Amino acid sequence: MDTPRHWTTDIHTLFKAHHIALVSYVPDAGHTRLLNLCRADEGMRLVPLTTEEEGIALAAGAYLGGQRAALLMQSSGVGNCINMLSLVKTCSFPFLALVTMRGEWGEFNPWQVPMGQATPDVLRAMGVTVYRVTDAAAVHSTVEAATRFAFASYVPVAVLLSQSLLGSKSFGGK
Amino acid sequence: MTGQPTLNRRAVVQTLLRERGDLVVVAGLGATAWDVASVGDHPLDFPLWGAMGGAAMLGLGLALAQPARTVLVLTGDGEMLMGLGSLATIAAQRPRNLRVVVMDNQVYGETGRQPTHTALGTDLAAVALACGFPTARTLWEADGLEPLRTAVHQSDDLLFAVVKVAVTDEPMTLPPRDGAYLKHRLRGALLGPTALE
Repeated sequence: MDTPRHWTTDIHTLFKAHHIALVSYVPDAGHTRLLNLCRADEGMRLVPLTTEEEGIALAAGAYLGGQRAALLMQSSGVGNCINMLSLVKTCSFPFLALVTMRGEWGEFNPWQVPMGQATPDVLRAMGVTVYRVTDAAAVHSTVEAATRFAFASYVPVAVLLSQSLLGSKSFGGK
Repeated sequence: MTGQPTLNRRAVVQTLLRERGDLVVVAGLGATAWDVASVGDHPLDFPLWGAMGGAAMLGLGLALAQPARTVLVLTGDGEMLMGLGSLATIAAQRPRNLRVVVMDNQVYGETGRQPTHTALGTDLAAVALACGFPTARTLWEADGLEPLRTAVHQSDDLLFAVVKVAVTDEPMTLPPRDGAYLKHRLRGALLGPTALE
């Protein structure tokens, strides 16, 4: 039997189909496979960021120049984005973020919990439409809907990739 | 060299943008955006009224999307200080068509002229070099302006410059502030009829 297609492959395929040329990120273990696929793709440029808000201004500039971008981050980075999301809202920029969640499903590290729990509310407070994926079978349809919505309707959209999808990070087997 | 900056910011911007051709200009919020508007509002300008700390990254996005264009980010010291990490991000990409020029008056001008970190020891050009910018310079005197203008327009590599400018009262020359308008105007100028796709 063939190994089932990994959901990160679905996202990479969607990025290509929707002409995402810039992929900026602050890394998370949950994004590793997708980042590797994008890095190996000559049609995409990876832009490592020092803080997540950089990716918002980068995406706005790219769109002004006719290119599409996506931002990958973990939920702790959403808090770093708050004021910069004003740029997206004020100018009606399309914006697509894929957020791997921490601080929810079986989290071991209590320091991840406050931002993880606040992530959907913080995004919505800044006008970002929030989609959530909890199982691998729904990744393709959800990310596709989010991408279409962002770029066709000029709105900010974040897809939250649940910890139940990613698996909880283990700390020495604890 | 240290001391009080003496260059006039409006004269500096006038020099840098003289015969600008198809130069794309991102202006950081505050006095720098007013300086750019004082030369005359232009369809290839994108003045920011917020998004503090984002000017250089917005310029990076433009530069990567439009490799045949030269993109100049003109911003203030306070705005640049809020996005210091973006200097590392930009240097890692090394777009050859991007220039970042900081108009450094060493104060937060819009909020009561409180000293910024550049008045307290931070050397932004040294930061840019340490982040990996291939060149960075700090100008205190007018004789460096023409060479900087030439470099901005003709260099074939990423560059960073700090221009030390005096704290002055200049006439308020405000650019348009409707973000959606500014977006459509610049996309229209860069992309033509495909801008509304």
